[in-house]
Amino acid sequence: MTSGYPSAATGLGSRGRSLASRAIDRESVLRRLDWVLVVASMALLAIGTMLVWSATKQKELDLGHDPQGFLRKHLINISLGLVLGAMTALFDYRSLRAYAPFVYVASVLGLIAVLAPGIGSTINGAHSWIQLPAGFSIQPSEFAKVALCVALPMLLAERRDAETEPRLKDVGTALGVALVPITLIMLQPDLGTTIVIGVIILGVLAVASTPSRWIVSLLLLGSAGAGMAIKLGVLKDYQVNRFAAFANPDLDPQGAGYNVRQATIAIGSGRLSGTGLFKGSQTNGKFVPEQQTDFVFTVAGEELGFVGAGLIIVLLGVVLWRAMRIAVRAEDLFGTLMATGIVCWFTFQAFENIGMTLGIMPVTGVPLPLVSYGGSSMFATMMALGLLQNVHMRRSS
Amino acid sequence: MTDRSRLRLVVLQVLVLSLLLTLLGRLWFLQILTGDQYQSEASKNSVRSVVTTAVRGQILDDQGRSFVRNRTTLVVTLDRTVLERMKTAKEMGVLNALGRRLSTRTAKVTGEELLGRIQLCGEKGAPKPPVCWSGSPFQPIPVAKDVPPSVALGIMERGEDFPGVAADFEAIREYPYPSKANAAHLLGYIGPASGEEVSASQSTDRPLYASDQVGKAGLEAEYDQYLRGAPGVKKVAIDYGGRVTGTVSETPATPGDNIVTNIDATVQKALEDQLLAAIARARGQYDKNTRKNYVADSASGIILDVNTGRVVALASVPTYDPSIWIGGATAKEYSSLTSDASGQPLSFRALAGRYAPGSTFKVISASAMLDHGYSTVGPYECPPSYNVGSSVYGNFEGEAFGKITLKKAIEVSCDTVFYKVAFGQWIADGGLKPSQPKDIVVNEALAWGVAKKTGIDLPAEATGSILTRKDRYDTWVANRATYCSRAQNGYPEIAKTDRNRALQLQAFARDNCAPSGGAYKAGDAVNFIIGQGDTLFTPIKMAQLYAAIANGGTLWQPQVAKAVLGPDGSLVKRFTPKSEGRLPISASTLAFLQDALPGVTTDGTGRYPFRGFPLAQVPIAAKTGTAEVLGKQTTGWFASYGPANAAKGAPKYAIVMMVSQGGTGALTSGQSVNDLYRALLGIKGASVPNPKLSILSGGVLPVGLPVFAYDGRILPPGSKAPVPPVRTLGPSGSSSPSGPGPSGSSPAVAEPAIGAALGFGSARRSRASPL
Repeated sequence: MTSGYPSAATGLGSRGRSLASRAIDRESVLRRLDWVLVVASMALLAIGTMLVWSATKQKELDLGHDPQGFLRKHLINISLGLVLGAMTALFDYRSLRAYAPFVYVASVLGLIAVLAPGIGSTINGAHSWIQLPAGFSIQPSEFAKVALCVALPMLLAERRDAETEPRLKDVGTALGVALVPITLIMLQPDLGTTIVIGVIILGVLAVASTPSRWIVSLLLLGSAGAGMAIKLGVLKDYQVNRFAAFANPDLDPQGAGYNVRQATIAIGSGRLSGTGLFKGSQTNGKFVPEQQTDFVFTVAGEELGFVGAGLIIVLLGVVLWRAMRIAVRAEDLFGTLMATGIVCWFTFQAFENIGMTLGIMPVTGVPLPLVSYGGSSMFATMMALGLLQNVHMRRSS
Repeated sequence: MTDRSRLRLVVLQVLVLSLLLTLLGRLWFLQILTGDQYQSEASKNSVRSVVTTAVRGQILDDQGRSFVRNRTTLVVTLDRTVLERMKTAKEMGVLNALGRRLSTRTAKVTGEELLGRIQLCGEKGAPKPPVCWSGSPFQPIPVAKDVPPSVALGIMERGEDFPGVAADFEAIREYPYPSKANAAHLLGYIGPASGEEVSASQSTDRPLYASDQVGKAGLEAEYDQYLRGAPGVKKVAIDYGGRVTGTVSETPATPGDNIVTNIDATVQKALEDQLLAAIARARGQYDKNTRKNYVADSASGIILDVNTGRVVALASVPTYDPSIWIGGATAKEYSSLTSDASGQPLSFRALAGRYAPGSTFKVISASAMLDHGYSTVGPYECPPSYNVGSSVYGNFEGEAFGKITLKKAIEVSCDTVFYKVAFGQWIADGGLKPSQPKDIVVNEALAWGVAKKTGIDLPAEATGSILTRKDRYDTWVANRATYCSRAQNGYPEIAKTDRNRALQLQAFARDNCAPSGGAYKAGDAVNFIIGQGDTLFTPIKMAQLYAAIANGGTLWQPQVAKAVLGPDGSLVKRFTPKSEGRLPISASTLAFLQDALPGVTTDGTGRYPFRGFPLAQVPIAAKTGTAEVLGKQTTGWFASYGPANAAKGAPKYAIVMMVSQGGTGALTSGQSVNDLYRALLGIKGASVPNPKLSILSGGVLPVGLPVFAYDGRILPPGSKAPVPPVRTLGPSGSSSPSGPGPSGSSPAVAEPAIGAALGFGSARRSRASPL
């Protein structure tokens, strides 16, 4: 740890000054936040809220439920997420090293709990949720992403002087640490999250200056592993079917290809300006399944058109641009790698989620960061944004 | 940070940017470049049409009498989409209550039964067809038909107790048999639109729906476009599970137009009766050739207005009861309409039957002669038989008349006169080694259009045919191998029962196997000139030709339809007479025919059936024909027109009657034709015509069109449209003088009141009734 930076704790600790003067103080937390990132994130949250509402209103009405039920829960999720994000931003990330093992172990325990009979519950074939009272549920695999975004950089940033690349032992340890949650998530099975974590690992290793040959070997190993998984039948039929449907959407328009087909129709029919919020026939007709979570982008495509859907992509671009800027300007390698992991996470999820609704990626269940409905995903995303702000605030200006 | 880290961060940035640009590009492609296609797919996805069938138009006779109209029945329907949203207990409550209402003393209806009726076939727990619903789930499902009005009203008045339940009118075809006329072949029938019909209609301005009924034969098919009307279409938005979420648009049904025909129901009935009488007459005669009475398997008759081509009556026997089609004919019924055992009553032989014309053809033969230098006076030798090579061709029953004129040859139908002409022409054409043959009779027949359709406005008209030299050769080439095999092996299967016939056939086969078999032989020409051989006419063609001789040579298209009237009786279209050309004969030849043919009934083959007829005042031009048919009894024709005197007004009617396997035209059909002229012209005994005695209203064919009264009644042409009584008529307060209801249904007294109570469309409400 180096010294000579203004600590957030200092800001909090300076007593006797007015709240206002503290807020505009050069050293204050508020002044040091990346406001572009904040605004872009808040805009995505706002758009996402409207989309979740539109996607669920008619469905809940038809079921005789409260049409604002999902909207309300989504707003609660956002509020809780903001609190979690703020907390993550405030504690100096460098002190996180001390907590990292606990975060990691906690998430692994969560993943084990999901698999334990009687605790976990199955949604859409994946055994990924822990049901909580009042209709809430937790998806531990989302928190595993946060844990790995902290744990991997911690292991790989520990360098001795003059070392330019991580030692084999460090890389091995990092992979070993990652392998535990990956295995547990694959057992659920949750293909989407598995790939997200794989991408995080690759990204962090790459930016940590790991030699190219190791990364290439890792990629080959991963591909071979995927091949074996299909051959040995580790993947469920529905997962293989989704890939087949991706390759040929007309294969089974009522079955595996149905979601993709309906998603594409919804988006395409939106044209330039969309049908207007709450007015999409595909959305109101519930032709696209899982529309408030994995297929939330189709609501934007149909009801907001190219203008609205394009804005979401642009806003995600702004978030990723700020995150990469934070990675480049971070005070230390740990901060850089942490930001890199988050960039890889968000990028892959955004590309996979939107790409599958546009028919250019196979269907796997990953949420669209900041937009999709889902508590765990929301919390994890907000914590990740908190980490980014944390790194941003603690660089020397 | 190392340089390598920095470099890799740059790579990461480029990667992120390119992925985002990929997404934007793909989004642009889907929404902007190909968005239209997806927009239409989205609407196909989520919009369904609920079709209300339009009330079909009526088919009327020239006096406005309905041959086909509609009867409305009350139908109780259930709306699945409404019932499906209810809780099971509530749904069963509604169905049980409805069942109690629909139950009668004799038949109890349970809620479970009704539930079964609205379950989709193939759905879990659904009963088997036909109980389950096989139609569109968005269509209201009929669960009770012919419901008494009191029950329907009782249900509709308590709409809140019966959500999703509706009472509706359904129109079904009804045949009132005006003047007891059958007219089944003319009218045709309707049936569900086939897949091909639906897809073929999509490019027209009135596309069909799968639920539509369309005309399949007769006038119902010919004028389907008018009769059908336009169905009402309600477009509803549905969700992925097929539940209705709202109404997108609604177009009410437009009732179909009515067809007024030239057919007179009374004359039609008279013709149908005379066909049966002719058949009975034939069956009472002994056929010396087959040594049994005539079978008379079928008969056809046509009455045309010679000056316009209008079809006054047109019938074939055997026929069937058109009511068989109401609600769809069963498979058993349909097979009885088409089987050989029942004589194929579905077949409209007047149009679709093809028969050898026999001596009725001689008007063509004589025309060919006269237009090629033969004289009318002759004299022509009429011996009992005529030798062509080694074959002997005889007259009917070996008659002989000595030296006669051509007129006499027509009157007495002397075959040998024509044989000699045919043989002479065949020799002149080069015989078996023809050089530039003129074939005057064959070409005359072609010029008369015998191998063309008449163009009558009914489907399924067959085309007649004659045998030309080329046909003769082509047929021979196609069949020579068979002939040669038969020449060698004979006809053992026929020899078992008829040894002589088998030998004849074998000799015939031997001739045809020979290298010269394809040549046009003297026998071909000799047979052809008297309407034998391979010449085939449809009865309607015969009528068209004789009408043309009567009217001075115009070949009118026979027209069944006179006009199209809208649902309120307004004129939509009037069909004007249409000429299909003229007879290719000179004025003198025509004059000869017009002079010769009346002689047939006074001094010739038609004299016997017309004895006692006032031919001096009302001459009847006619030609009989008795055609031999290989393996069957003779076909008898009686082709005629009258009155055939220029002095007392132009000829009015052409009447053609023919009986298959019915002996001679004179003995079988002649009396019937006589009776029809008497009925049309108003002739009793030997008295002069009295129009008051005619079966036609006023003694003449009507010029005007039927008049639709304000109350839905249809009045004869020339009637004054009655003025509706001035009276306050309840809420709607008025009744349109020209706005009768579209249904043309029997005037069910309760109907308008229920119609209003059930919220019928504007078209129906306009039919306010003075109740």
